Amino acid sequence: MLSNLGNILLFSKVLLSLTIIYFSYQCIKSSSVIIFKKIYQISLLQSTLVLGCFFTLIAAYVVSDFSLINVYQNSHTAKPLLYKISGTWGNHEGSLLLWIIILTIFSFLFLIYNNKHPKNYRLYTLIIQNVLILGFLFFILFNSNPFLSLSPIPKEGLGLNPILQDPALAIHPPLLYLGFVGSSIYFSAAIASLITNYSEKSFAFSIKNWVLISWGFQTLGILVGSIWAYYELGWGGFWFWDPVENASLLPWFAMTALFHSLLVLEKRNLLYFWVIILCLITFTLSVTGTFLVRSGILNSVHTFASDPSRGIYILSFLSIMIFGSLFLLLNKYRKENKLIYSNSKETFVLINNWFMMFYLLTVLVGTLYPIFTDALTNNKISVGPPFYNTVILPVVVIFLFFMAIGPKAKWIKNRFDNLGCFALFLFLALVVNFFIIYFFKSFTILSNLVIISSLFLIFSSFFDLVNSILKSRFDLARTISHLSFGFLVLFIGLNHNFSIEKDFNMRVGEVKSFDNYEIQLQNLELKTYNNYKAIIGNLKIKNYVLKEERTLNPEIRIYDNPQTLTYEAAIKTNFIKDYYLTMSNIDRSEFYNIKFQKKPLMIWIWISVAMLVFGGFLRIFKNAKIN
Amino acid sequence: MQRLIKSTITIIFIFIIIIFYISLGKENNYDTVNLVGKKIDSIELQSFNDEKIVNTKSFKDNNFTLINFWASWCGPCRAEHPILMNLKESRSLMLVGVNFKDKKKNAKNFLDDLGNPYDILLKDENGKKSIIFGIYGIPESILLNKELVVIEKFVGPLAKEDYEKILEEIGEK
Amino acid sequence: MKKFWRKLVKNKLFFLTFVFFFTTLSAQEKSIDQNQIFKNLRCLVCQGQSISDSNSDFAQTVKLVVNDLIEEGKTEEEIYSFMAEKYGDWIIYRPQLNKQNFMLWFLPYAFLIGGGLIIFYLIRKKREKA
Repeated sequence: MLSNLGNILLFSKVLLSLTIIYFSYQCIKSSSVIIFKKIYQISLLQSTLVLGCFFTLIAAYVVSDFSLINVYQNSHTAKPLLYKISGTWGNHEGSLLLWIIILTIFSFLFLIYNNKHPKNYRLYTLIIQNVLILGFLFFILFNSNPFLSLSPIPKEGLGLNPILQDPALAIHPPLLYLGFVGSSIYFSAAIASLITNYSEKSFAFSIKNWVLISWGFQTLGILVGSIWAYYELGWGGFWFWDPVENASLLPWFAMTALFHSLLVLEKRNLLYFWVIILCLITFTLSVTGTFLVRSGILNSVHTFASDPSRGIYILSFLSIMIFGSLFLLLNKYRKENKLIYSNSKETFVLINNWFMMFYLLTVLVGTLYPIFTDALTNNKISVGPPFYNTVILPVVVIFLFFMAIGPKAKWIKNRFDNLGCFALFLFLALVVNFFIIYFFKSFTILSNLVIISSLFLIFSSFFDLVNSILKSRFDLARTISHLSFGFLVLFIGLNHNFSIEKDFNMRVGEVKSFDNYEIQLQNLELKTYNNYKAIIGNLKIKNYVLKEERTLNPEIRIYDNPQTLTYEAAIKTNFIKDYYLTMSNIDRSEFYNIKFQKKPLMIWIWISVAMLVFGGFLRIFKNAKIN
Repeated sequence: MQRLIKSTITIIFIFIIIIFYISLGKENNYDTVNLVGKKIDSIELQSFNDEKIVNTKSFKDNNFTLINFWASWCGPCRAEHPILMNLKESRSLMLVGVNFKDKKKNAKNFLDDLGNPYDILLKDENGKKSIIFGIYGIPESILLNKELVVIEKFVGPLAKEDYEKILEEIGEK
Repeated sequence: MKKFWRKLVKNKLFFLTFVFFFTTLSAQEKSIDQNQIFKNLRCLVCQGQSISDSNSDFAQTVKLVVNDLIEEGKTEEEIYSFMAEKYGDWIIYRPQLNKQNFMLWFLPYAFLIGGGLIIFYLIRKKREKA
């Protein structure tokens, strides 16, 4: 029943999209100054239907309707309600439905909120967006339909991988999709702008909030994903430079570059084509990422069940997108001639873009290179964290300096005030770094440089913050974001440098000591829960210097459906440090492998990212107020 | 100039798409099966039954050597055992078994139950030697020629096709 | 007065940079960090984990072998070559600089320099016109 309803809704969505495209085209051809009312109405209907479609699937999950293959494969009656619901988008088919929702709703909102802009520009945006919607709808209908039915109806579902049953992972996909699927709207807008030659400052105005919104959610999505990886995967890291993670980072770089250069377009009517290119590559990278992840051509920790026929479809879609927009862009491209002074704000925005492009391309090359060597020479290689750290880190240092100086530059003008301030900031940064080395014995030159540069940025942004409050010439949003980025790099640097990592093979009762610590595996407990059994370790950790004693309880869990073994880390968090402990059994022996980690300032990394996003959203609200 | 840039960009994109397309048809799980043609230099292993040390150099006397890594606790090893028993019949092939991270008693029981196909039986108690052979999970087997060059690698249990392949390689088919 | 201040800041800066480099240079140790090697080796039996992060049987054994190699006095690079020889380039997370991987290491820097040149060109050209 639900299967039929879902399919009907999907088909009617196809019809509605076609109708919108048809009417929009009619409207462009007509002499009417305003957009036909029926286009609004159909758009609204379309958004309602897509939500209906999604709720149908959620309903199927909630009532565990196993007549749907999708529900059967990914759910189970014994699963908690929250994970039944989040299971809807936790799989390939369901997540595509989420794609469509975001494409549709953004399309509708863009239509109603941009009524000051030229009619044809808005209509072309609508058309392109609906072409994208159709592309994904066909993908769902012909290849990945979540509403396919199954008979005879099985009594019980196969269940969801237990490590995916987690609150962070429940909200991770929607956040991330709001980010990179949201970028579709300025992809469409960019193409519409090329077609209609709408290249004024106001074009920047029409997309800037959309860029910020998608950027904000993308950042949040990455944050939540990292937090999940940190406590669930049990290696104590939060970023692994895994291809799937890189796929989410690539559009992020493009978005960040984009909203910086939008400032230039908005203020000085410069860099129009560069902005367009960034708009186009953001969504292109999103689709490329989806292709890489879903087609299974990459070897990753976060595997989706993959299948090559999906790959072919997304690849064709991607090719059409790339060559279509490339063709249009190359046809419309013309040279711009405007003045840029070397010490003006424009220059610094360009420098931001320069670095963003460098990060983007480095990560892109690193992610794709193994695919290339495999395809061309049959030799499989791995490109992992050491590569990215070596290439990217030194450049981050320079970047942070520019990031501190940039905001002090003026539009158009070729001069700086307060040069002395910078010397002072650098001086302060050096002093603080000196103390850090002195007290904590830091190691490499590079890590010191990272700390110094981030401190420099922090001091400089902090000065801005104070200044803007005193003179009430507020640019709080930017200051907060820059400041938090400085903190982010600083905390990551400190965390990386001062982490302690030890692992032992221990028997029950055994004691090991190292540095200032003593660790004892006191006993093991076996508990049976609703859908899993757990071996819970009772470990005591003593710190001689601080005279503190803590008990941590890592677990080994054995889940029933599907049968899986997972390791739950025990984490004690406070504002200074995290203790992170994992325990795993060693096959055919009475020993347990205990991995102890001390991760300083962990929580501040999350807070910095949250503040970064806060800055972004603050800007959106301010923009909205100005309107 | 502008034309040149335009066509370069287009060509780069076409190239990337083609590579993506090629990769779609490829197996993406890594294994070391293709890592053949390397020479096994001298590696010393302890004999299973006594304290004797056997060096891989001594395998030079045989035309072909198949080194099989196994353990009694490994299910698939049981599955591939009949094939090893069949290979025992072959004259130009020497079968070397390396017992991997196992208890001696269990290993003995295993062979008593299923038969002992090996001409030489060695052991690797802590698994370190197997790393030097480039083994990463058992069962795994490597086929060496007279020069001690790896000519074939079998990751996972030997199957019927692998049996045929080995016979083909050693010229007994 | 202001000038004096600037001079003071400059001198102190110089002094501090000096101290900073001196301390860090002397802190640099020559010994091999085994954790770094573990982090650089990929666990073949797990999905995308390093030897250091994995507690699989294979990872444990590789750790033992690496420790032996360190004790034998092998350098970091030699250990990587050893592992790559046995298991292929796949096992190393930091691809070695060779003919095949040349583009991997070269392209990012090419982009960096290329991007810099473009910006420089843009700004300079505009300035000349002005």
